[in-house]
Amino acid sequence: MTKTTTSSQDPYQVEPWWQRILNSDLFYDFSRRPVVVLSAVMTLLIISASMLAPWIAPHTPFDPASLNLMDGFTPPMEPNAFTGNVYWLGTDSQGRDIFSAILYGARVSLLVGFAAVGFAAILGITLGLIAGYKGGWIDTVIMRIADVQLSFPAILIALLIFGITKSLIPRELQEQAAVYVLILSIGLSDWVQYARTVRSSTLAEKNKEYVQAARLFGVTWPRILLRHILPNVMGPVLVIGTIGLALAIILESTLSFLGVGVPATQPSLGTLIRVGNEYLFSGEWWITIFPGLTLLVLALSVNLLGDWLRDALNPRLR
Amino acid sequence: MNQAKRPLLEVKDLTCHFDVSKPLLNRILEREPKSFLTAVDEVSFEVNKGETFALVGESGSGKSTIAKLIVDLVHPSSGKIEFDGQSLATSRGQAFKNLRRRMQMIFQDPFASLNPRWPVGELVAEPIYAFGLAKSRAEVNRTVEELLEKVGLSGRDAAKFPHEFSGGQRQRIAIARALSAQPDFLVCDEPTSALDVSVQAQILNLMKDLQDEFGLTYLFISHDMSVVKHMADRIGVLYLGALVENAAAEELFKNPKHPYTRMLLDAIPDHEMTGRKRQAIKGEIPSPIDPPSGCTFHPRCALATGECKVKRPEVVVREGTRVACWEVDRLA
Amino acid sequence: MSDVLLSVRDLVVEFPKRKTLLTALDGVSFDIHRGEILGVVGESGAGKSLTGAAIIGLLEQPGRIASGEIWLEDQRIDQLPYEKMRQLRGKRIAMIFQDPLTSLNPIFTIAEQLVETIRTHLPLNAKQARERAIQLLDEVGIPAAAKRVDDYPHQFSGGMRQRVVIALALAGEPELIIADEPTTALDVSVQAQIIDVLKRMCADHGAAVMLVTHDMGVIAEACDRVAVMYAGRVAEIGQVRQIVKQPQHPYTQGLMGSIPSLAHQRHRLIQIPGSMPRLDAIPTGCAFNPRCTSVGERCYKERPDLLVTNQGEVACWLFDQGGVA
Repeated sequence: MTKTTTSSQDPYQVEPWWQRILNSDLFYDFSRRPVVVLSAVMTLLIISASMLAPWIAPHTPFDPASLNLMDGFTPPMEPNAFTGNVYWLGTDSQGRDIFSAILYGARVSLLVGFAAVGFAAILGITLGLIAGYKGGWIDTVIMRIADVQLSFPAILIALLIFGITKSLIPRELQEQAAVYVLILSIGLSDWVQYARTVRSSTLAEKNKEYVQAARLFGVTWPRILLRHILPNVMGPVLVIGTIGLALAIILESTLSFLGVGVPATQPSLGTLIRVGNEYLFSGEWWITIFPGLTLLVLALSVNLLGDWLRDALNPRLR
Repeated sequence: MNQAKRPLLEVKDLTCHFDVSKPLLNRILEREPKSFLTAVDEVSFEVNKGETFALVGESGSGKSTIAKLIVDLVHPSSGKIEFDGQSLATSRGQAFKNLRRRMQMIFQDPFASLNPRWPVGELVAEPIYAFGLAKSRAEVNRTVEELLEKVGLSGRDAAKFPHEFSGGQRQRIAIARALSAQPDFLVCDEPTSALDVSVQAQILNLMKDLQDEFGLTYLFISHDMSVVKHMADRIGVLYLGALVENAAAEELFKNPKHPYTRMLLDAIPDHEMTGRKRQAIKGEIPSPIDPPSGCTFHPRCALATGECKVKRPEVVVREGTRVACWEVDRLA
Repeated sequence: MSDVLLSVRDLVVEFPKRKTLLTALDGVSFDIHRGEILGVVGESGAGKSLTGAAIIGLLEQPGRIASGEIWLEDQRIDQLPYEKMRQLRGKRIAMIFQDPLTSLNPIFTIAEQLVETIRTHLPLNAKQARERAIQLLDEVGIPAAAKRVDDYPHQFSGGMRQRVVIALALAGEPELIIADEPTTALDVSVQAQIIDVLKRMCADHGAAVMLVTHDMGVIAEACDRVAVMYAGRVAEIGQVRQIVKQPQHPYTQGLMGSIPSLAHQRHRLIQIPGSMPRLDAIPTGCAFNPRCTSVGERCYKERPDLLVTNQGEVACWLFDQGGVA
């Protein structure tokens, strides 16, 4: 007869947090999916490489002093015809090292992506919590704005906000402010997702007895939202946030590709792709292909992670 | 029984409607008026200090709504609720806070009533912080530990999370949390209906012990007649939101006056196999959105006359029992 | 015995989990005779619903029957291939679930659902099947059955729906009905009606019933014999009067004592200390040993099997010659 025995350890002993993560069902599920593990590894690799760009990049691509025009258009892994320098992924028209440019470009893309997701999430969660908990006209106003915004494509909203904001900023500040304007416009175009999800979870949570119990203790409503309801609605937010990160990075690249994103002095992956695109048909394929591949791998990995997280956290699919 | 001059809780003509209308556009298109559900219909009763007053009824009888009305989680449409001469609805500031603290509630589902993200110690400490009942962190911790031990858990359970406990243990945590507000009145909304019988016995015993120790007053809400008989001093029987009978517990079981009470008692399964014959029961509870006219029980009542169909019965007193039935004297 | 309809022998059901193997049913044995109502009672987690699911071949993944046998008359049914088992379900064994709303399909009328079931199992044409459906609804006490047969499930009240479910279960004229908590979702006054219908219908149609419930009141009202389950094992089997009036197993005694009585007033209820062990922490020896008041040395070492006493069968060393010491 098979029998499982009780572990003799002290039932009051609290596991350290890392032990708890390693023992969790989530981690177990994660470790059994090679595609998801690969995605996580790729994501972490790109994030850490771009964070460490100043230390690991072989060149400083945006310091004009360090550039040699003679190095221009060097193909990958081939010595330059004039200088004999070898670059892993080649160089562009200015003689910039593509590999270094990608590291710095991914840095900008990720910064904009994370910041935009953070901004959208905070805005969306706050509005969603209030709409769900308070109901009535507040709910109606917030959700109607959301509905209207949802009926336009995100890129249109982002372009619109980007245009308006830029026209409000004095010309001499525009270059510095570009990144923040980009974050603002991507964030504003994406908050609806969070608001809708959080609102529906809040509607379910607010009628649970633990919220009623808190009301009996005279806990004020902002505190109930923050301390009681928020931790219980974060699961789906995490999922949207991860998938949203991939979307935000793509949206940023799209805007930069269209030439409305970050200025060419601090290019993101999208800018690199746009610049390289001009040389695609004259044979210098590497200038656009490698940034493009990086974007593809990054967006795909983050997206796969998000998909897995959604399935793993969904109790009905388990 | 207690000889307090004034009842601790006094409920008078309490009524609560819920708007169950369709959305505005549908109403206009389908030419329907607004519709209301009368969840609680002119209910009056009193609860004396130190006693247990039980409300029994089947689903849709409004018993849970009354619980929420009393602790002001739901606002009444009309009527008044006075606790120790004061009302939650009209008091403000410190008086309100104090009143709120004195009336606490134990919920039906111990899986939903504890926030799953909070450790037990913080759950139990929340009322202490909210009402400012302790001066220091150390005092809070000591109180929490004492309370957990009082309800049969260990002080060391404070670090654990709710999911590590069984249903019965969670209900103990919920009781400890309610007690940490130092209340004198507890509304218990079906506190054991989600639990197994052997665990139910533990919780009921605990609640009786705590009542003896702290002199608590309970408003006990249940659908289970045998649990109510075990716990209550007085019992109110609800049918479709109205209180049809209000009697001392022993009297109610020995000498039920309202036909619905009799029916309810007949329907209890005879788990002790005393040979008591179980009566077949006619019909089911009608919809509270469109209740029958007059006495709402008349379609199921064997004694119903023409008068019962049109006129709402008045409350009469017979042998200390308050009963709302036109034909009460024919029964006896 | 010739009138044994269903025989369960040493049934073991396991749930393989990440690191451990949970034994949810551990050596369950009992018989159901033709035409009798066997109550299976226990607290949540005792394995009573799982026993029903194992018999009818509807164990939830990843649960599996690890050993033991289930016999329906002289046919062994625990290893039947899916298709054979599917034919058996509804025809020879039917099931009634707790929630009448989810066991009826909301988008089909009652007539459509009944006719489909009847025609799957009986050689009747559409018209005959419809007549049979109306007759069944009439029998379970649905007023104006001929008219209401074309209604949808949501047009019935909870009690009426459960009557329809009973009619649906009886449609294939099964020999055994497994009723899993059929009255738990209903109000007391309706509960009594449903129990009456179930008892009457099974007597009329000659079907045996395995009535799974946590409610001793329902057991006392409806059953002929009772099996008391604890932590995936059968603690005691006996005639219902026996179990209710003179329970033998210490767990049954505690269980009966913990129900508030209508006949006597007590200040405190008898309580069994602690709670049922989780499946990953079932103690060795007798599973009830940590909570038992008559526990002895032997109870920690050896697991008691069902012992036949003059009053039924009980799995407790107190009734063995060697005692508990």
